[in-house]
Amino acid sequence: MSQTQADDVMKSRPLYGRLVPKQGSYHFIVADGEGGEAVASLLNAAPDMKPRAHIIYIPGANGTDLTGMVSGLGARVFHPAPSYASASQRINKVLGDAHMGLQLYAAGTEGLIGQVQRDAMAAGLPHDALTTEQRGSLARRVQCVHCKGITENVTLDPFVCAHCGLNLFVRDHYSRRLAAFQGVCIDAEDPGEVPPSEERFK
Amino acid sequence: MSLDAPFKDPFFRDESFFGDYSYRNSPHAVKRFPFPFPEDDYMYSVNMEPHVKGRPGSVFEHYFDVDEHYVSEMRDRARVLEQDPLRCQSLPHMTLAGWDLLELIMEKFAEDYPHWFSLTKDGNRWHWINRPLGIDQKFTFLDESTLPYGPFEYITRQAQGDFTLQDQREDNLWIEAGMVTSQADWSLDFDIGMNFHEWHAPVPLAHQMGIFDRALKFLLALQYGAPVRRFNWTMTVDPLLDTSPENYPKWGPSKTTMTPETIGQRQHLRVELQTLIRLPRSNAICFPIRCYLISLDDLVTQPKWARRFHRVIRGLPDELATYKGFIRNKPMILEYLARFDDGAPTSPGWWPED
Repeated sequence: MSQTQADDVMKSRPLYGRLVPKQGSYHFIVADGEGGEAVASLLNAAPDMKPRAHIIYIPGANGTDLTGMVSGLGARVFHPAPSYASASQRINKVLGDAHMGLQLYAAGTEGLIGQVQRDAMAAGLPHDALTTEQRGSLARRVQCVHCKGITENVTLDPFVCAHCGLNLFVRDHYSRRLAAFQGVCIDAEDPGEVPPSEERFK
Repeated sequence: MSLDAPFKDPFFRDESFFGDYSYRNSPHAVKRFPFPFPEDDYMYSVNMEPHVKGRPGSVFEHYFDVDEHYVSEMRDRARVLEQDPLRCQSLPHMTLAGWDLLELIMEKFAEDYPHWFSLTKDGNRWHWINRPLGIDQKFTFLDESTLPYGPFEYITRQAQGDFTLQDQREDNLWIEAGMVTSQADWSLDFDIGMNFHEWHAPVPLAHQMGIFDRALKFLLALQYGAPVRRFNWTMTVDPLLDTSPENYPKWGPSKTTMTPETIGQRQHLRVELQTLIRLPRSNAICFPIRCYLISLDDLVTQPKWARRFHRVIRGLPDELATYKGFIRNKPMILEYLARFDDGAPTSPGWWPED
């Protein structure tokens, strides 16, 4: 298994844009951490969205918590959640109930955006039906290719799998279906020979 | 499926691809090995050619090659699937493509190897006999409830090589089904659902060379009835078919225990004969990836191959040797092969005696 990092733009890596208002009868917005600022820009640019907006906001794993600011934006529904996992049933219900005209937005970390995109695809929305903006931490969600466990908010490379404890390097290979990068054992051939971790995804 | 008494036909070798690694090529199998280098150097290319019948006795003689390792390979596949059921997955909309593939394999096997396989049809009521694996199955074509597995898993448990099925939409190919137990270090479970550029993302150099753009364009236009093929290759220590990333911590250390005394028996050239086939009902593309393994000791019995392989490895960029996973043993491999290269010219093409 190679540690070769792909070229300038990794071919399986998603590209992100900016949150811009879209025509729609209902606006479902999921954000974490610094993504709250993107939500504020969005609603301030298009205040007529507010009566038809539903926001779920999750504080960032890096400590950024804009709950107070986002709750004051005037959305029809504001739901603060402590984690994506705690909000996922609610997100899936809203996506499952979606009618024509629902617009979906995600802002914040790549892990948050990826999970919203994954759940939207599972609900039958096309993978480009989502407006995204990456803000804040570059931390990654990484799936251990060996035990299949996903470690959230990975900033170091290599890092220790939160599930099986193997030393993993982060391969530049991204699965939209899993909303995760791939982690591969770095010392399989020479157990214990692990290079020092670097903060690659701050 | 009964694999209890599979070796009644002495043509099929009773051997293992793990543990004691009793896998061997007979002298006949060495002679017909698909040596993948038509020239003395190697670089990526799309290198596709029509998949047409080739020389009698060669791996191109039939549409699908069933060789002396067939029964043991199917036993190894069953073992791997039992240990890790995620190695065979098919997204729900790929079932029709699975039937397409089942039909293709059954028809070609029965046509090319009538002494081993037979298929009789009465409308949609089909009767399939696979004598080497001891299977006698009556079922209704396109009715999943009449088979012990889904059609894709059912038939790929009876055919050598890995298989993936690609759906075609949005001017792209999407890998949405796979039977992957003899892979060169890629994960179906991770890659399933990706498009063509996404699942090739980890390959170095080739993106910048435009290889994947050209290959995709070519494949989107692939016609029914006009399959194509190409080779790929890597190196594997011990005849292990299942070099999966999932199990990398188990097999990775084998790379560190090879010595100059054991390299000839343990280091294998791993060749993939890849075929690309448009399927009729689903319009999906089927991608069989057939793996052939040959030890260096067997390879160098063919002087032309020995000379050429030495030159290929010597000229290979380190980036590719790293990606292919043998950079740490490259010096030892070169040292071994150099003894068989007297510098004499080699003839063009891959046949050993042309």
